[in-house]
Amino acid sequence: MVLEWPCLFLVTQATTELRFASRIEAVDQAATAVAEFLSAAGVSEDVIFGVDMAVREAVTNAVLHGNKLDETKFADVSLRTSPGTFEITVHDQGQGFNPAEIPDPTTEENILKTSGRGIFFMRNFMDEVDWTINPEGGTTVRMLKKL
Amino acid sequence: MAELNISERQSGDVTILDMDGKITIGEGSVALRSAVRRLLEEGKKKILLNLAKVGYIDSSGIGELVSSYTAINKDGGELKLLNLTQKLQDLLTITKLLTVFDVYESEADALNSFK
Repeated sequence: MVLEWPCLFLVTQATTELRFASRIEAVDQAATAVAEFLSAAGVSEDVIFGVDMAVREAVTNAVLHGNKLDETKFADVSLRTSPGTFEITVHDQGQGFNPAEIPDPTTEENILKTSGRGIFFMRNFMDEVDWTINPEGGTTVRMLKKL
Repeated sequence: MAELNISERQSGDVTILDMDGKITIGEGSVALRSAVRRLLEEGKKKILLNLAKVGYIDSSGIGELVSSYTAINKDGGELKLLNLTQKLQDLLTITKLLTVFDVYESEADALNSFK
């Protein structure tokens, strides 16, 4: 079941799906929802901090770079816990990109660039991060954190 | 309440910006950019950012710190950072930006370090 923000949310015991219009405000809204979800699941504050960082970057990428702040497009977020893991997917309706082409922001030639650290943070704070370019359109990023 | 509140004080020719809140995409990053650009326009080129009360920063906020650093350097000035929280210090460590920024834990030491 998918609900449009601010209608939070249908939850099975371990799954929540959220939909956000493509606005910058969606970043805070999604991060807040994820923090509440993890807090209710008893996840520690330190883990929540890292997940929160990754979620903010993923949703920023979806609404800003994917959907280009087109409010007729949505970012769909799915949260799921299972024993020992938390998985989140963020789906946008954009053109997609190749994550392998994103340069390492920590190298000397990139360190003073003002952007390009979002994916670095996602990979740093989560245990698994992968992207799928969907044939019917849009990009889905899946991130997994071991709890 | 604003996402990021910035108050300004002066110590000699050094301008100290006491920042309270979040430096994240949108309002927080824009507030930092506006404050630094305004100081440069006023000819204030020695800037100390007191980040003691910045509880959160994202990649956009880090990018804005870098942008401020390069803009001030380009103008012949200096930007230094004061009182990083542990989490912010961790973020600057993993991004290797701790090797770029001049960081202090004591305001007196920071003020004395300006040329």
